[in-house]
Amino acid sequence: MNSLDINVEFRDVNFRVGRRDLVTQVNLTINNGEALVLLGRSGSGKTTTLKLINRLLMPTTGQVFVGDRSTHEWDVIELRRNIGYVIQETGLFPHFTVRENIGLVPSLLKWSRSQIEARVYEMMELVGLDPAVFAQRYPQQLSGGQRQRVGVARALAADPPILLMDEPFGALDPINRQELQQQFRHLQKQLGKTVVFVTHDIQEAFFLANRIGLMYEGNLVVLGTKEEFRRSPHPEAQAFMACLPTNL
Amino acid sequence: MFNFLNQYASEILRLSGEHLILVIIAMIVAIAIGIPLGILITRHPRFASLVLGLANALQTIPSLAIFGFLISVPFLGGIGKTPAIVALTLYALLPIIRNTYIGIENIDPAVREAGRGMGMTDWQLLTQVELPLAAGVILAGVRIATVISVGIATIAAAIGGGGLGVFIFRGISTVNNQLILAGAVPAALMALAADFGLGLLEKKITQQKIKRSQFNRRLTIVGMVAISIITAIVTISLQQTPAKIIIGSKNFTEQLILGELLAQQIENHTNLQVDRRFNLGGTFVCHEAVKTGQISAYVEYTGTALTAVLKQAPMTDALTVYQQVKQNYAENFQLEIMPSLGFNNTFAITIRGEEARRLNLKTISEAAPYSRQWQAGFGYEFLERADGYAGLAKTYGLKFDKPPQQMEIGLMYQALANKKVDIIAGNSTDGLIPILDLFILEDDKKYFPPYEAVPVVNQAVLRKYPEVRGAIAQLAGLVSNQDMQKMNYQVDSQSLPVETVVRDWLRAKLPKQA
Repeated sequence: MNSLDINVEFRDVNFRVGRRDLVTQVNLTINNGEALVLLGRSGSGKTTTLKLINRLLMPTTGQVFVGDRSTHEWDVIELRRNIGYVIQETGLFPHFTVRENIGLVPSLLKWSRSQIEARVYEMMELVGLDPAVFAQRYPQQLSGGQRQRVGVARALAADPPILLMDEPFGALDPINRQELQQQFRHLQKQLGKTVVFVTHDIQEAFFLANRIGLMYEGNLVVLGTKEEFRRSPHPEAQAFMACLPTNL
Repeated sequence: MFNFLNQYASEILRLSGEHLILVIIAMIVAIAIGIPLGILITRHPRFASLVLGLANALQTIPSLAIFGFLISVPFLGGIGKTPAIVALTLYALLPIIRNTYIGIENIDPAVREAGRGMGMTDWQLLTQVELPLAAGVILAGVRIATVISVGIATIAAAIGGGGLGVFIFRGISTVNNQLILAGAVPAALMALAADFGLGLLEKKITQQKIKRSQFNRRLTIVGMVAISIITAIVTISLQQTPAKIIIGSKNFTEQLILGELLAQQIENHTNLQVDRRFNLGGTFVCHEAVKTGQISAYVEYTGTALTAVLKQAPMTDALTVYQQVKQNYAENFQLEIMPSLGFNNTFAITIRGEEARRLNLKTISEAAPYSRQWQAGFGYEFLERADGYAGLAKTYGLKFDKPPQQMEIGLMYQALANKKVDIIAGNSTDGLIPILDLFILEDDKKYFPPYEAVPVVNQAVLRKYPEVRGAIAQLAGLVSNQDMQKMNYQVDSQSLPVETVVRDWLRAKLPKQA
């Protein structure tokens, strides 16, 4: 995939399970290099929307376009290997070392050993983990913050143009969370990836987003920059604004 | 004890080897079927409860019943090693399927989601993530299944599958505790060794310290070596030239002796190789086996053939019975009834000698009035057969207050002598009767038909190997009732090996041997 023309587009997407509509009539375009934050309460449909992008879920009606093709047309394995995926529980393989975890997608893509080795070291430096100390360790031997850094490194290892992140810092203590948010924003400026970031934390959203998409009961109710969000008359947006400390 | 070990050492080793092979082959098949099935139901959860339920149900069927049921199944059934392995495989399936399923299902769902989300194919997820993480649990299932198999494999002997069960059943038939132990102890040791060995392997797998790639390589090497060894064992065991003549027998001492008699006679007078499949379940198992050619011959009793196999009304004239049986067997089953071996082993309604003397009882009619307070002990066959308990009770008006106890023939005499039961249906040629001071009540109403001992031979075998007829014919009329009682006594009470007793008797009766 050419990084220059990749973007994500939702066209009239609905997702239904049984009789429950989890996502209703979502229309959304995500631009190259932008960090879009999907904000909303628990159960608002933001994680579901995220999973429609890497086809962990398929739309009931409507289509999700990634690059030039809809997810219906994509070979699902090729699609996923081109999208980095970071989840809240990290999901690191407990029987792989840090090195092996980070090198997962490169090895699936059959990179040479030396290429993988070099890339792993590069990623570890990028997320602030000393390779000499951490490369050989197993996930159980890491702290929560360290584990999530490995999660991010793993997602970036094959240099995918798109990054999906599902409340990745939600399980961390506030100090670690803030540290990682700052590091990630710096990283994003450096790498210019297209990022879709799910969170329920308004502060995190304001810190990281280029644009914010507010989801409420399966609908995308507000979509815009921070300024536009701040001025939005929608009651849900105002409810979230009320949770922000006033000096922001 | 050392004398015993000396005599039986080589047989213990041989049967242990047979036992081990049965278990190994069954485990390989069970693993080859069970693990993939377990993996399959993690992919299709709708079938999980069906498959697990089925495997569960299989396990609840008593092992003896499955072995018995397999006898009449074509292809995979019958008697011998194949049905034994089939039964063992069925039993090993549940722990393996269930542990594979549970092992994979219990993996942190975040790990599986992350794997899938990053673009691993289902196969890659399975081989690189799920199986390595579930390996410990799966191996625990294999371990459980193996230990169960070692135990259940002892039953294989009941359908001619060999293994250590041969000793156990023989020990039960001939009331010989040393033989029972000779079978039970090595089996127990084998189970312990398997449990221990696989436990070690389990521990190694669940240890984190081993680097994954190193571990994979090591495992592959171990795996290949193990597979080569096992393939070698299997091919060697299957190489054994198939025996030409197979002699079967029922599961009590006299039958073991008569079977051995046929076997040795054929070995001595022909160049044919003889395989022994003794201790088969009973009349019906033997009949099915000789009819289908799974055994070449065994010794049956004319009365039994008439009423239990041909299901005709009992008759009392020996010659008529013989001719009727001979004709019917030839016409309906393509089986040849050869001339009688010379004695009549009728059902002996037996009580303790002291009771007979105290109450001055000589016949069944005289004993009938006392039957109410007595506890009866009868074998399975006697209770089932038309010429057995039902007809006897009606003819003599026997009424037992307590229902008869079902027991193994081999245990009945001891039970009678020890006053656990008061009246049994034994056999008139049994060696224990005079020894234990037991008394046979006379069948004054002539209820039981004659039970002459006759060799039953598969006609196809006779056509293929006519020399067998000549060898067996030499035994006609040679074995008297006293001969039979004496040989029974030697095996039962003097604990002499069956082969020795028969060999000595043959040497005395037919001095010029090939």
